[in-house]
Amino acid sequence: MAASTRKNLIEVSDLRQTFGSQEILRGVNLDIPRGETTVLLGQSGGGKSVFLRHLIGLIRPLSGSIKVEGEEIAQLDERELEPVRRKVGMLFQDGALFDSLTVFDNVAFPLRERGERSEIIIREKVARSLELVSLEGQEQKMPSNLSGGMRKRAALARAIISEPACILYDEPTAGLDPIVSDTINKLIRRLQSQLQVTSIVVTHDMISTNHIADRVALLREGRIHFDGSLEDLHASTDPVIMDFIEGRSHEID
Amino acid sequence: MQMKFPYSFPLTRAFSLYLGQIAFLAGETFSSIFLGRIRWRLVLNQIVEIGFGSQAVVIITGIFTGAVFTAQIFFQFNALNMSSAVGPVVSIALCRELGPVLTGLMVAGRVGAAICAEIGTMKVTEQIDALRALAVNPIDYLVVPRAVAMMISMPLLVGECIFFALTASYYVATRILNVNSVFFMQHMWFYTHTKDMVMALIKGFVFALIVVFVGCQQGLTTSNGAVGVGRSTTEAVVISSLAILMINFFLTMGLNIIFPAGGKF
Repeated sequence: MAASTRKNLIEVSDLRQTFGSQEILRGVNLDIPRGETTVLLGQSGGGKSVFLRHLIGLIRPLSGSIKVEGEEIAQLDERELEPVRRKVGMLFQDGALFDSLTVFDNVAFPLRERGERSEIIIREKVARSLELVSLEGQEQKMPSNLSGGMRKRAALARAIISEPACILYDEPTAGLDPIVSDTINKLIRRLQSQLQVTSIVVTHDMISTNHIADRVALLREGRIHFDGSLEDLHASTDPVIMDFIEGRSHEID
Repeated sequence: MQMKFPYSFPLTRAFSLYLGQIAFLAGETFSSIFLGRIRWRLVLNQIVEIGFGSQAVVIITGIFTGAVFTAQIFFQFNALNMSSAVGPVVSIALCRELGPVLTGLMVAGRVGAAICAEIGTMKVTEQIDALRALAVNPIDYLVVPRAVAMMISMPLLVGECIFFALTASYYVATRILNVNSVFFMQHMWFYTHTKDMVMALIKGFVFALIVVFVGCQQGLTTSNGAVGVGRSTTEAVVISSLAILMINFFLTMGLNIIFPAGGKF
C-alpha cells in the first residue's frame, strides 16, 4: 500500500466516534504524509471537523488509534497532550480568536504562554506572522472589529507563530467571498512552500481543493471513501466522487 | 420496564454527577495551585474585576442591611426596655450570619454570573478549544486565576460589608433612634469576639469557593449558543445562591462547635 511507504506525520486507524445514538466516524483509516497538503472532503455534517479535532485530542475517540509522529495520542489526558499540541497549529472555522485580547495579543499568545519574555522578540515575530497573512497595521484592533476574512487570517497568524510542524484548517474558506477565499488559498499554499508545514484542510469547497491539495481524501458515511492524488480524484469514474466534484444532487426539480 | 437503582432516581443521579464534576474541577484547580501553575498577572486582573469591582454592591448592601436590621431590633428591644442590647445583637448577627451570607449572595449574583457568562461564551465560540489547541490548559488559564482572586477578595469583601453595616448601625441607633452611644459601643465591643469575625471570614472563604466553582463549571459545560449561555448563567446564580444558603446552615452548626457563641475570646 502506497501510504505505508510514505513518511507519515499522522496515522489514523479504525477511528470510531458516536454522539448519542449517531455514529459519526465508523472506522476511519487515513495517513497524513509529512510536508504535503491533504484535503479532507465531505458533505456538511459528515464528521470532517470531528475527525480533525481528534488529531490533537480535542475529542477523545470511542475506539481506534491516532499516532502523531509515531506517538499514540488516543488515550492521553489533557496534560499529556500538551507536547503534541505544541507541534500542531489549528485554524478554527470562525477563527476562535480570544475576544478580550487585541489582534497583537492574540497572535503573541502562544509565544507568551510558551515562556517567551522578550517583548522585542515577541514584537518581531508577531509582525512577521501578520505580514505573512497580510494583516499589517491591524495589531491594536479587537477581534470584534475585524471582518470574517480578517479574523481567519489573524487566527492563522496565531496558529503559525510558533512554527508548528503541522497546521489543521477547519473550513478555511467557509462563508468568505471568492476573492478572500482565494487569498486564504494562496496563503495556505505559501505557508506550505515557505515553512514546509504539513497541512490538513477540511472543506467542501472544490475550488479551494483544486488550488491547494497535494492529496485528497473523501469522507462519506463515516469512512474514507477515496484517498489519492488530486489527479486521481478528477480521473475517477466513481459516481459518488463525480457527484461531489460536480456539485450534483439527485433531487428532482 | 423495570429500571435499575440509579436510573430510577434521575434527580439523585444528576445531583451526584454535578457534585462529582464540581469536586473534579476543585481537585484539578487546587492541584494546579499547589503545583504553582498560577498566572499572577491574571490573578491581579481578576482581583480588580472581582474584588475591587464588587465593592460598591457590597458596601451598599452592608449599609442598608445594618441600618434596617438595627431599626427592627431597636423597635422590638425598646419595647422591653433593652435598647442598649441593640449593638451586640446587630454585631453578632452581622458577623456570624448576615455579613458573609449577604456578601456571598451579592457576589454570586455579580461575579458568579460574570464568570459563567464569560467562560460560557468562550466555550460556545470555540475559544476554550482554541486554548486547548494552543497547549494551554483551560483550568490553569481560566479557573485558577479566578479561584485565587476569589479566595483573596471574598474574606476582604465580607469584612468590608460588616464594617459598613456596623457603621450604619451605629449612626441609625445613636443619631436617629437615640440609643446611648457609649452603651451601644461598649456593649458591642464586650459581646463581639474575635471568633465571630473569624467565623465571618471562614464563611466568606467557603462561599468564594462555591461561587467560583459553580460559575466556572456552568461556564465550561455550556452548549447551545447564546441561549445556552443565558441558561447556564441563570443556573450558576441560582445554584450558587441556594448552595450558599444551604451550606451556611451546616457551616454555622459546625463552626459553632469550634467557636461556640457567647463567652470570652
